[in-house]
Amino acid sequence: MRLIPNSAIKNTMLEEMGANDIEELFSDIPKKIGIKKLDMPRGLSQQDTEQRLRGIANKNKSFYDIVSFLGGGIKPHYIPSVVKSISSRAEFYTAYTPYQSEASQGFLQAMFEYQSMIAELTGMDISNCSLYGGFTALAEAALMCTRINRKKTFVIPQNISWEKKSILNNYAKGQGIEVKEVSYNIKTGKIDLEELKKHVDENTSGIYIENPNFFGVFEDKVDEISGIVKDAGSLFVVGIDPISLGVTKSPGEYGADIIIGEGRSFGNSMDFGGSSLGIFACKKEHLRQMPGRIIGITKDTDDKRAFCMALQTREQHIRRGRATSNICTNEGLCALAAVSYLSWLGGNGLEELSKINFEKGQKLAESIELIDGFEGMFSGVHFNEFVIKCNKDVNKINKKLLRNGIQGGLVLDTWYPELKNCMLFGITELHTDADIEKLASALKEVSHV
Amino acid sequence: MYRSAIYDEPLLNELVSSKKEKIKPLGILPDSLKRNEKINIPDIDETQIVRHFHHLSQMNYGIDSGIYPLGSCTMKYNPKICGEIASWDGFAGTNPYQDVSTIQGNLQVMFELERMLCEITGMDYFSLQPAAGAQGELLGMLLTRAYHGFNKDFERNEIILPDTSHGTNPASAAMTGYKLVELPSTKEGTVDLDVLEKTLSEKTACFMLTNPNTLGIFESEILEISKLVHDTGALLYYDGANMNAIMGKARPGDMGFDIVHLNLHKTFATPHGGGGPGSGPVGVKMKLEKFLPVPRVCKNKKDYFFDYNAPESIGKIKGHYGNFSVLLKAYVYILMMGRDGLRESSEIAVLNSNYMKKKLLDSGRYELPYKELRKHEFVLSCEKLKQEKNVRALDVAKRLLDYGFHPPTIYFPLIVKEALMIEPTESESKEDLDRYVDALIKIADEKPEIVKNAPNNTPVKRVDDVGATKKPILTWNMI
Repeated sequence: MRLIPNSAIKNTMLEEMGANDIEELFSDIPKKIGIKKLDMPRGLSQQDTEQRLRGIANKNKSFYDIVSFLGGGIKPHYIPSVVKSISSRAEFYTAYTPYQSEASQGFLQAMFEYQSMIAELTGMDISNCSLYGGFTALAEAALMCTRINRKKTFVIPQNISWEKKSILNNYAKGQGIEVKEVSYNIKTGKIDLEELKKHVDENTSGIYIENPNFFGVFEDKVDEISGIVKDAGSLFVVGIDPISLGVTKSPGEYGADIIIGEGRSFGNSMDFGGSSLGIFACKKEHLRQMPGRIIGITKDTDDKRAFCMALQTREQHIRRGRATSNICTNEGLCALAAVSYLSWLGGNGLEELSKINFEKGQKLAESIELIDGFEGMFSGVHFNEFVIKCNKDVNKINKKLLRNGIQGGLVLDTWYPELKNCMLFGITELHTDADIEKLASALKEVSHV
Repeated sequence: MYRSAIYDEPLLNELVSSKKEKIKPLGILPDSLKRNEKINIPDIDETQIVRHFHHLSQMNYGIDSGIYPLGSCTMKYNPKICGEIASWDGFAGTNPYQDVSTIQGNLQVMFELERMLCEITGMDYFSLQPAAGAQGELLGMLLTRAYHGFNKDFERNEIILPDTSHGTNPASAAMTGYKLVELPSTKEGTVDLDVLEKTLSEKTACFMLTNPNTLGIFESEILEISKLVHDTGALLYYDGANMNAIMGKARPGDMGFDIVHLNLHKTFATPHGGGGPGSGPVGVKMKLEKFLPVPRVCKNKKDYFFDYNAPESIGKIKGHYGNFSVLLKAYVYILMMGRDGLRESSEIAVLNSNYMKKKLLDSGRYELPYKELRKHEFVLSCEKLKQEKNVRALDVAKRLLDYGFHPPTIYFPLIVKEALMIEPTESESKEDLDRYVDALIKIADEKPEIVKNAPNNTPVKRVDDVGATKKPILTWNMI
């Protein structure tokens, strides 16, 4: 096996060029910094590499080794073979960004279809063709709000993922944007509307809510929140779990201006948290402030329909320091998986999937809440994730579950000290009734010890 | 020779129509959130879906289709084994929040990859979190701010960059709130030391540099540059997009760079996937370690673990631990190449580039502004063609498509008129390089109307990019 074809004939090539040796081509590197060789092992054969990696993979336990009930946004979903087959087509997989539209019509059309479906799903006019992930999508949305209305305070609920918050702050700081947090109601798990009103004023660039929120709870006062946003002359940014949209209203219907979300669950593996797929959609009046690549329809010289990258003048390769974002590489292949997944599901399939996830969420919560020592923390209606308060040390519970081949919920008190001994559970269409049963009986055992 | 298939492939909603339909709302949901209308995505049979996307794939050029010499993009062959391993359940089926005892394999990959990247670049520590090169730059700028802030050096608000820099460099610096100062290059196409010295001040936070630069020229005065920058108390940043030129030959750490980003989807052969996912790890010298994002992967006597205990850390830049699937592919690639394979990659990448450059220059059809010796890429100018025949770089690029080749990067860097930026990489055979050179020479000799009317062998003829901006049609509802 050779990966470097010209290794064997380098001397012939050098001769043809009139060069003495390879070193001549590196004569511009000062001797002081030139190195002879790297201090690392020689390469392995493909066969040895594969064997070594099998050993490493065996040190992991995947969802198929231990059933996991982790909430927090990343959960396993069924990936149809069609999706894997399409996204592993080398013509897509090994292509670069479609700068040359005539040689990239296939990928461009797929991205146009992705944008169209995301717009349908969110109730927005337009979508870009992906950002790095749902977390940076929020950060980009905050910057976009300030570009639109020049205001400098961005308001978020206290109960969003701590990681998302940290990323948001890192992006916002450079633009002088202050991020304000609004507390949540400890009984319902929903954003505190009175607090929200206090935090919003004429300097508020945007208000962000998640639906369902980080605790799995639906924010149902969306019309009131939308009213608060409009009264302040601010922008309404909504974070979504795209799977929930099969049964819930598109945020576009309740007045959202920008919609962001993590799209990994559409046909992509968990991949230990990355790759991820940043969904970003908005109203068309904000188009020119949008970050990221956007694909559009145009014509060729024969007046035939053609696809290409649109509004490139917003992007860094043209506008440099004045671009709407520094993003260049995005998550195109994950968007391709998403569009093939959505095609496979169709509108009916997505509704059904959404229902299943909702119902499993209710079922799992009910099974756990029946057990002594475990109670639902929040009263708000939840989707496929929810918070359970335990009367014992959650870390110990999780250790015991692990011994029974179960990964328990996400422990919350590291980041939310007020949620001591609380766990965020999550479930999807991949979990069977037997899995729920298994968790319930293990929890019963734990509670009796 | 590559030939694209040509289909008039309908959009999915033209394939099977779908209309707005009422649905029965889910009773238990709050009224304000009940969906009353089905999502308007067509329900299509599996066979039709497969054929649709199959047709689309046949109208798309990837590195598996043929030579893809996009300058600054390092489109090298992506070994199949890397993608296969990354798709194993043992990796792809893991959740970032799992108990650490159940993800020791993943942590081992991250821990060892960090060590490998440190050795390759001569840096002390790496963060694997950034999702792409541009995000690596953003992290680099955040680290710069944290470093100067820690030293109470609050006046440093300028980033200096050469006029040849990648567009992401100024964009990332601006996003972090820095003022940009652009340096004109010398007649050699390199950093002008006198101008740099005059531009550096107590206001300079960092100098961002690519080496070799985007012209493919190695900045031989790098040690002098490094001294000037550090003498004023600023940091030196390495844009690693061109790292494929110098693996095993020289290391940015030894050149004096304080912060380095790499593009794993370039140098380390992970596929671009039509634009991503990528990975842009950031390496730093010791003095910047404490500011790196959390968590760091550490190891005690027998286990790997995540360390969140870093009070000066900037926090997070990307969810979880970065694009792990990409990290894994790069890890496999580096294991396979080893120290000699990596050096060989760079040597042959540079050989291929200089070989093509020489042949094209000798042809007399194209010019090479600036210094002659190049590294893994070179930038030709079509200015002569433009003057003589009104044939532009864009025309040449489009005509290459008719010959079955992917064009080079065009109109970059901005200081070369009518630029063709060619980076063949080590993956191409001499025969393919020769064919590409021959095509470029032939094109230069063709009648201008043929070149200007290209392409003709593609699914669509020349596309009106501007039209898509003037009257944007961005979803099927806007048609």
